[in-house]
Amino acid sequence: MRVKRFAAAVALPVAAMMLIAGCGGSSSDSSGGSSDPNAAISIQGTQPENPLVPANTNEEGGSIPLDVMFTGLVSYDTDTSDLKMEIAESITTTDAQHYDIKLKDGYTFHDGTPVDAKSFVDAWNWAAYAPNAALNASFFEQVKGYQDVNPTPPAGSTDAPAPTAKTMSGLTVVSPTEIKVELVAPYSPFKQKLGYHVFAPLPQSFYADPVAFGRNPVGNGPFKFVAWNDNTDIKITRWDDYKGEKPQVKDVTIKLYQSSEAAYADLVSGNLDFQQLLPPSALAGEKYQSDLMDRTLDKDAPRLTTVSLPMYDQRFANADLRKAISMSINREQIAKVIFNDTYVPSTSFSSPAITGYEADTCGEACTYDPAKAKDLLAKAGGFSGPLTLTYNSDGGHKDWSEAVCNSIKSSIGIDCVATPTPTFSVLRQSINAKQMSGLFRSAWSYDFPNLENGLSPLYSTTGSANDSKYSNPEFDAALLKAAAISDPAESNKAFIEAEKMLAADLPAIPLWSVTQKAGYSERLSNAKLSYTLELDLTQVRVNS
Amino acid sequence: MGRYILRRLLQMIPVFLGTTFLIYCLVYAVPGDPFAGKCGQRACPQSFINEMTEKYNLNDNIFVQYFKYLGNLLQGDFGSTFSGVPISQIISTSYPITIRLALLALFIEIVIGIAAGVLTGLGRKGFFDNLVLISTLLLISLPVFVTGFVLQYLLGVKWGVVNPTVSPKAPWNELIMPAFVLASLSLAYATRITRTSIVENRRADYVRTAVAKGLPQRRVIGVHLLRNSLIPVVTFFGTDFGALMGGAIVTEGIFNINGIGRQVYRAIQVKEGATVTGLVVVLVLVYLLMSLLVDVLYGLLDPRIRYE
Repeated sequence: MRVKRFAAAVALPVAAMMLIAGCGGSSSDSSGGSSDPNAAISIQGTQPENPLVPANTNEEGGSIPLDVMFTGLVSYDTDTSDLKMEIAESITTTDAQHYDIKLKDGYTFHDGTPVDAKSFVDAWNWAAYAPNAALNASFFEQVKGYQDVNPTPPAGSTDAPAPTAKTMSGLTVVSPTEIKVELVAPYSPFKQKLGYHVFAPLPQSFYADPVAFGRNPVGNGPFKFVAWNDNTDIKITRWDDYKGEKPQVKDVTIKLYQSSEAAYADLVSGNLDFQQLLPPSALAGEKYQSDLMDRTLDKDAPRLTTVSLPMYDQRFANADLRKAISMSINREQIAKVIFNDTYVPSTSFSSPAITGYEADTCGEACTYDPAKAKDLLAKAGGFSGPLTLTYNSDGGHKDWSEAVCNSIKSSIGIDCVATPTPTFSVLRQSINAKQMSGLFRSAWSYDFPNLENGLSPLYSTTGSANDSKYSNPEFDAALLKAAAISDPAESNKAFIEAEKMLAADLPAIPLWSVTQKAGYSERLSNAKLSYTLELDLTQVRVNS
Repeated sequence: MGRYILRRLLQMIPVFLGTTFLIYCLVYAVPGDPFAGKCGQRACPQSFINEMTEKYNLNDNIFVQYFKYLGNLLQGDFGSTFSGVPISQIISTSYPITIRLALLALFIEIVIGIAAGVLTGLGRKGFFDNLVLISTLLLISLPVFVTGFVLQYLLGVKWGVVNPTVSPKAPWNELIMPAFVLASLSLAYATRITRTSIVENRRADYVRTAVAKGLPQRRVIGVHLLRNSLIPVVTFFGTDFGALMGGAIVTEGIFNINGIGRQVYRAIQVKEGATVTGLVVVLVLVYLLMSLLVDVLYGLLDPRIRYE
């Protein structure tokens, strides 16, 4: 809006610019019916925060290249997010605690060495071993023997005791094509968890120099690493000896952008083939529709935004008060006005992108009802002092935080103030130190598509991301019970039962889930978003 | 002259130490633990935090940290980013691009700024004078990001005259549009400074003498008037070169240029003290050398200024 108003005013410098700049220009191919199997495409990315080692990558910049350079035991189906066997021939269990994994034969790494049971088990042991300081070590916490290779520091200390073993006792290489895994306790989501890239196999050359490997990775996936120019691009190319599903494009350049606005400008003018997430400026007023016509993709993101409550603060001890706050938030209106309907109001504690998701598990507590909210507030004895909603100001959360506060204020009369912290890390620091004194922003991105991943880490007493410090022994027991059921459908049902218990306690208030909007150029066809909301590079085609 | 330059060069040493220490302190003072937000909503594994803290001396107090950094710097080691990329490599890839961008912006400023300044200074109150005054006022009042986005949208996206973003190698011709955006603000100042200076000096005795002697107008303006009037303008350009390089953060972001602006911005956000200091150290050197160059140029422009 604002830019448009200025457009007339800058006509003069623009005219001057026109005189100096008489160069550049871009060409675009017209589309035909068939596809070109050797085409090159470019997609948007960001500079990876860490060297490209699966166990050290937990953000999008690194995940985009890693997810296509490495193939793990299983993957998630692009259309349904269901589990798909990749290198694994079968994964069987009878008690959800002992798993027998059989591998397909004949897969190799890009350097020609075989992908066998050892290449998985060694990679997992390396990732879990504390002295290797892998960012994603905790993903192996369910495996028996994890505590020996990565002991927890005693309470109040940051110095962990030295590991007593180098490998986890729960992992056994039976033969080159068979792995046996024993977990500490029954844990049925383990199969789904295996699809996360931290469980990818690594070639033996990795262990000689992990740092050098991270700059020049050797994978086993459909695409092979070519080059990584810092802040500029990562180039990968199709690996023609791949045993699995072969891509229909050859060279892929992941262009590393600083801002999504710049990438969008390139997308619209044909210099970029795919953008994963359109910037807010393109969503405002549905500008993208005139820019991209129908070349956009929508998909539910495995992500959920909540505001959490500090359960350690006595002022929030009353459940009726928490419910009153939740019921005073007009989610529908905020999603419409602030997010241009790309966000969907939440009615449960899970994301609709997850298999087994059930709507309305939050029930009445997540519906907007100012009258009922007022009654509940009165019943709870009111609330003293201003209520704060803390958000980090480096991520574009100001508008909705203020809207949520205004909604609370106008519905039930609590004086609510949206309070910024300068950065995400400052916010995390105070949350980890239990210093929150009001509502605070929390958003969860699922690591793998299982209901459990949106519950245990966040709300179980020992959860690694339990920000509200919620503790309910019955809820913990319900989670354990669900994890012990090896039938996936039954297990999901049990997780839903556990989830419903949260609605009564409301340690966090679900706000909305995200529908991600991606865009692609005229050259592409059959563009699809994978479970991780990346472009499915094995299916995309280029018109010739 | 030689002694003067030598003395100035020696003065740079304490300035250099002082500025680097200040920058190091400023980054140190940025709130937030660098590893608190690195693993999303989960806390990072303690083994990872311990190793990084150890590796980057983050447990030491600020003085020890700074002296360790300085010690490495004197041996030519700029350190590395948290992701293990050597900072010297970042400097060597991103500086040439930013210098190219800033030089081009400076060139645009000099050509358009001085030309428009001289023309308006000589023919005051005319139509052209008013036009320049209004358009420079406009440029001054527009933030760089507005000029940047509008030009990018119109020329890059809508009309397709140029690419909306700059390609990785950042060749000169692609940098023209970003350089114009970067130069736009200073361009307006340069025009106005030149104009004022010309207007003042037009009434000076030596100009009157030159006119009375019957010198051709080209010589009066080009040699006598302009040479003296350029002193404040040169001062402005000298310091502006450094400012342009530092101020490229916004422009580089809009046009996706892989220069130092992007690196500094990223490094401040993740609290990478060594990276920020390393990049700014070079910037400080550029500033110091430019101001020395400006001082030496004074003597060439006005022979009355002497150094001993």
